[in-house]
Amino acid sequence: MNSLFGYDPKDTWLHRLTGATKMLAFLGISVIVMASYDTRFVCAVMLASIILFAQAKIRWHQISLVVKIITIFAVVNLLLVFVFSPQYGVGLYGSKHVLLNAGYFTITQEQLFYELNLALKYIVTVPLALIFLITTNPSEFAASLNKLHVSYRISYSVALALRYIPDVQANFRQISLAQQARGYELSRKAKLFQRLKGMGQILMPLIFTSLDRIDQISQAMELRRFGTGKRRTWYMDQPLRTPDWLVLVGVVVIILVGLVLFKVNGGRFYNPFR
Amino acid sequence: MRDHKVLSVRTVVAIGIGTAILFILKRFAVIPTGIANTNIDISYGFLGFIATLFGPVAGFFIGFLGHALNDFTQYGQPWWTWVFTTGLVGMVIGLFWKRFNIEAGNFGTKKIIAFNVLQVITNVVSWSLIAPTLDIIIYSEPANKVYVQGIVSAISNSIATGVIGTILLVAYAATRTRSGSLKKES
Repeated sequence: MNSLFGYDPKDTWLHRLTGATKMLAFLGISVIVMASYDTRFVCAVMLASIILFAQAKIRWHQISLVVKIITIFAVVNLLLVFVFSPQYGVGLYGSKHVLLNAGYFTITQEQLFYELNLALKYIVTVPLALIFLITTNPSEFAASLNKLHVSYRISYSVALALRYIPDVQANFRQISLAQQARGYELSRKAKLFQRLKGMGQILMPLIFTSLDRIDQISQAMELRRFGTGKRRTWYMDQPLRTPDWLVLVGVVVIILVGLVLFKVNGGRFYNPFR
Repeated sequence: MRDHKVLSVRTVVAIGIGTAILFILKRFAVIPTGIANTNIDISYGFLGFIATLFGPVAGFFIGFLGHALNDFTQYGQPWWTWVFTTGLVGMVIGLFWKRFNIEAGNFGTKKIIAFNVLQVITNVVSWSLIAPTLDIIIYSEPANKVYVQGIVSAISNSIATGVIGTILLVAYAATRTRSGSLKKES
């Protein structure tokens, strides 16, 4: 139904988990690995998420593009960090083991170790995010948000967004082709200012038709008395079952381990140079 | 239309559709400036426009959800500090929606200047101060790197909002009937 999100209906235990469970698990894990600079911990989480990934029966072609983009993003960022502060790691770990002396760009073990940690953090949650995207039905996800006590209006907004992204995309493409047929150059060949102007020529019709659409949908929803009750029920709602609770307990355990490691390391950083 | 609630039905729908548009623009309507890693992101112009139209709540959620969805599907993880900052920009610009009162159908020179002063201040404070500082606190990245990235995006986002946002607002105001445009025949 939704090519950008790549939801792929299959029947593995990961598909059967509710969207609420998967979202909580993802948020919990991503917050703890964001906070922790303990390499051992992040590696362990990475390993666990790769194992899960294998169980979701995801094919390479479903994810190859995402993996490429993330690799580029990570490499560019790591290079930027090095160019801007080649000695940042030395400051963080409080020692200096020089590997290669080159003036400003002196390479130290500390810096390499810090950047290794950064790289791990860039990619550690990616398998989890991909599992989430590929195994979660968008409609069920909106119902799940409401279950997590997100206001049902906001949940419904999210459902609307997910529902209309393919439509807006189709609309965008149509208008873009129409404008190109009229002779506007929108490709890479055009100059910056020309492209900005060309974008304006796509945006105008896109946004004005969308504003009409907002009015139409909200009138239809008001006619169906949306927002009069305190609660609402969801067609795709799914109760939490035993596997859901097991996953959530597992996530709590992982978070606790991360927190204990803060105590052991005396801070966010694991320091092998001490 | 009932407007007494914070989240009227129209706002709910605006958040949904607005998020979808922001997502698509972030994906397809990004113009590289020729400087590495620096893009003019049209979606910030749209965010300024839609926030002025539907207010701070819509502005915040459209920015936050649109950016989060895009990061999530493109990079596999939302870069929370910047996602939050996008929401903040939408909210702050949206706070002044009653002031601009775009539905009344006039968006003349005075309002154009006011809107641009507002958006430049919002963008500069958000991108060159708030986002990088959060990056340092939460992600522990080197300060000079994130501040340079922040300043660069402050400039490019201000340009995007200034050009695209202003054009959209003027065009939209022109489609509204001016308040007080009818005269009593004598």
